Amino acid sequence: MHKQKVVVVGNGMVGHKFIENILSSEDAQQFEVITFSEEPRLAYDRVQLSSYFSGSTADDLMLTSESYYRENGVAYVLGDKVVEINTDQNQVVTAKGRVETYDKLVLATGSYPFVPPIPGREQPHCLVYRTIEDLEAIMASAEQSKVGVVVGGGLLGLEAANALKNLGLETHVVEFAPRLMAVQLDEGGGQLLRKKIENLDVNVHTEKNTQEIVAGENRRYRMNFADGSHLETDMILFSAGIRPQDELAREFGLEMGERGGIVVNNFCQTSVDNVYAIGECALWNNRIFGLVAPGYQMAKVAAAHIAGGEGDFTGADMSTKLKLLGVDVASIGDAQGRTPGALSFVYQDGINEIYKRLVVSADGKKLLGAVLVGEAEDYGNLLQICLNGMELPEAPEQLIVPQTDGGAGMAMGVDALPEGATICTCHEVTKGTICSAVADGATTIGEIKSCTKAGTGCGGCVALATQLVNSELTKLGVEVNTDICEHFPHTRQELYHIVRVEKIKSFEELVAKHGRGLGCDICKPAVASILASCWNNYIMDESLAPLQDTNDYFMANMQKNGTYSIVPRVAGGEISPDKLIAMGEVAKKFNLYTKITGGQRIDLFGAQLHDLPAIWKELVDAGFETGHAYGKAVRTVKSCVGSTWCRYGVLDSVGMAIKIEERYKGLRAPHKLKFAVSGCTRECAEAQSKDVGVIATENGWSLYTCGNGGMKPRHADLFATGLDDETLIRYIDRFLMFYVRTADRLQRTSVWMDNLEGGLDYLRKVIIDDKLGVCEELENEMQHVVGTYQCEWKTTLNDEQKLKRFRTFVNSDKKDSTVVYVQERDQIRPANEAEIVSFVSDSGAKAEA
Amino acid sequence: MQVANSEETNAEQTNPQEGGWKAVCDAEVVVDNLGVRALVDGAQIAIFRVQNQLFAIDAIDPFTKAAVLSRGIVGDLKGQIVVASPLYKQHFNLQTGVCLEDESVAVKTYPVRENNGKIELQAP
Repeated sequence: MHKQKVVVVGNGMVGHKFIENILSSEDAQQFEVITFSEEPRLAYDRVQLSSYFSGSTADDLMLTSESYYRENGVAYVLGDKVVEINTDQNQVVTAKGRVETYDKLVLATGSYPFVPPIPGREQPHCLVYRTIEDLEAIMASAEQSKVGVVVGGGLLGLEAANALKNLGLETHVVEFAPRLMAVQLDEGGGQLLRKKIENLDVNVHTEKNTQEIVAGENRRYRMNFADGSHLETDMILFSAGIRPQDELAREFGLEMGERGGIVVNNFCQTSVDNVYAIGECALWNNRIFGLVAPGYQMAKVAAAHIAGGEGDFTGADMSTKLKLLGVDVASIGDAQGRTPGALSFVYQDGINEIYKRLVVSADGKKLLGAVLVGEAEDYGNLLQICLNGMELPEAPEQLIVPQTDGGAGMAMGVDALPEGATICTCHEVTKGTICSAVADGATTIGEIKSCTKAGTGCGGCVALATQLVNSELTKLGVEVNTDICEHFPHTRQELYHIVRVEKIKSFEELVAKHGRGLGCDICKPAVASILASCWNNYIMDESLAPLQDTNDYFMANMQKNGTYSIVPRVAGGEISPDKLIAMGEVAKKFNLYTKITGGQRIDLFGAQLHDLPAIWKELVDAGFETGHAYGKAVRTVKSCVGSTWCRYGVLDSVGMAIKIEERYKGLRAPHKLKFAVSGCTRECAEAQSKDVGVIATENGWSLYTCGNGGMKPRHADLFATGLDDETLIRYIDRFLMFYVRTADRLQRTSVWMDNLEGGLDYLRKVIIDDKLGVCEELENEMQHVVGTYQCEWKTTLNDEQKLKRFRTFVNSDKKDSTVVYVQERDQIRPANEAEIVSFVSDSGAKAEA
Repeated sequence: MQVANSEETNAEQTNPQEGGWKAVCDAEVVVDNLGVRALVDGAQIAIFRVQNQLFAIDAIDPFTKAAVLSRGIVGDLKGQIVVASPLYKQHFNLQTGVCLEDESVAVKTYPVRENNGKIELQAP
């Protein structure tokens, strides 16, 4: 059968979404897809573009990959632009002369930044903000600049201003309208936003009409305004809105809007047969939609239409919530109250700088729109009320005034939402989808994110989705009980806080004041870990010892037959021949099975309890320390050989790995912690699979966080780049202590971060920007742990009383007769059940022993 | 798998035969909430002291056949005093030996007491 050829012009977010939709349609095999991108790379996340400045790489932003396209049979052409459409012969021609015939043509050419026709706009250091290449140009220009101006005080303009500020420039925003974000905000909201932004040292100039850009006196340029004033600057970023990228359509006879845009109908069809337009280049009902969610909807509609499915585009909601320069801003529906008869409720808090406005219908029953500045937690709730036409409570102002009793306020509650209500507009995830995911077993927002994609776009719906998950769990009879166990009506996080604040040093004290009963194997080790993280006292102390898991208690790892394995610390995986020999001799003497671990250490297996002190005596004498392989604690720092030996190495990864391991060794945490340091981006140490990964680059260290291997492998996220040694250690200090402080029991860093509201961005704000003002405290707490380190084995060897605990039997020097070994590949291994039976009957021993 | 008849065990405790008590170790060796292991006539027995009450059970974990129960964490669950096996964390009632997660499984329990500064057991 002849396959239908679909040509997609433009591989931006919307073009890519269209391809995803085609690939996931039932008749995907019927289509042959080819896509053209003018840019040198496939689709990336333009919404998160500004994260490029805070450390993300182009790779981090990618929405797809060449291998994904190849695997799915999608042909792609990068760096070549379609310049001609021949609608008679169903052909397109590229700038490089490639001719492609289509059955269906999809134009997803997007938009370009509008640069006002100001004389002087075409000089160097006058830039726009749209692509990764634009960002690279901005970074290069910023290096030669001290002052930067953004022309345009809209949503993108303020994001650009944030970028300039982060690049260390004195930053100005010049806006033609009388207020910032004139499209989305009303006057009150715009004023407060301005005030907050000015507090952040961004200078705002409104009602400024730039007339010309000329050479400056003190700085590179001078911008002259119509009112006679002027501003000097080194660089200028134009962010004065977008225009549809429609020249192709215009030139080859498609119907256009008066002010541009390719006219489409409800199925995203243009005026020419078999040609579709979607995203920011498309004009529907005389409107251009400059947000990604409507673009995605168009992609879905067009794909469905081509694949014979159903669905049409009937406009889209332009509500939005975002953080601009750290300020929460949200706009819903008719934010300016333009609907005839509309009434408003306004809440203004001058001290905390919060502005909220509700626009309601004349009868006060429906919510038409809202503006939120300074605090936007109500966004999800209000948006749902507005979109679903839900009836407002009798006193609608209750929806925005703060509740004095600390309750959740008048939020109408997720229960009131209809099944079909869209919770995540980015990925079009409905309440019904989330509810069925919960019914199928998802219990956390992290799981919802991975199985429904909800909350993984702009993140604006995470709070609402979390509420929904908890409410559904309650309804299903799953008690959302976060108590650690029956002995404490508290979460681990609360217990940690209590221990810190009340300076509690023992389990007995904690259970007497805040719990009940004797404790159990859940809360005892958890409290032991908290006490260790806070006070770092010797874990074998009389009061602490009974709390420890057997591994911590005997400072070795119990294996399936009740024997132990021993892992001495080999910091950074670096070991001298003498130490290697010493370890080999110990293993030989005590007949231990030896194996190299994944963390570049050596594990010695098969020791009985009473062997442990003698083994450790020899290891300590040979210069070894305990490796804490038995603890929920910092384990290893894996490293590659780095610049010392490797011809590709950029920095000394072994040196840094040892430094990190020596610093954090012995730190006890909610779960084990693994680290790695790579000496270059070839990443031989596999740092991106660790809780803390460090990779050397030409510009310093890159820090990755929250990765793990194991049952559910997860890549670490890039946290920060270009760090010197000191900053790197400081960030790791804060990161680890913040994790210790806030994670749940046995929660790895990845799950911890997924469940933090605001995720990685929030974590960066806490750790880099000190949003919570706790960084000094975190560093001091870490300093205490580092300063009180002791090798637990060394201490124990000097204490005759403690060593008595390592007897196998309190009344006999015999060995444990249940421990039986056989030889395999020149070493011992535990006998299996069949082997034990034959062994026992051969030797005539009593079977019940 | 050793399945104890708990009624019989209780009967023994309420009416211990004089004699048959074996001193195992000094009383101070068994401290609160930290189990120890003793070898009595070839049997490995775990001895615990919880809130100054003594308990003795078979040390061998019936699920794994490894002699690990003396090394478990003790505590209480729903009013029962228990030890958690350090391998797969099943809980055993120290009084009856019955496994909380699977009541068809139990470990043997033994009468135990403190007498003249010694821990004494009645073992088979």
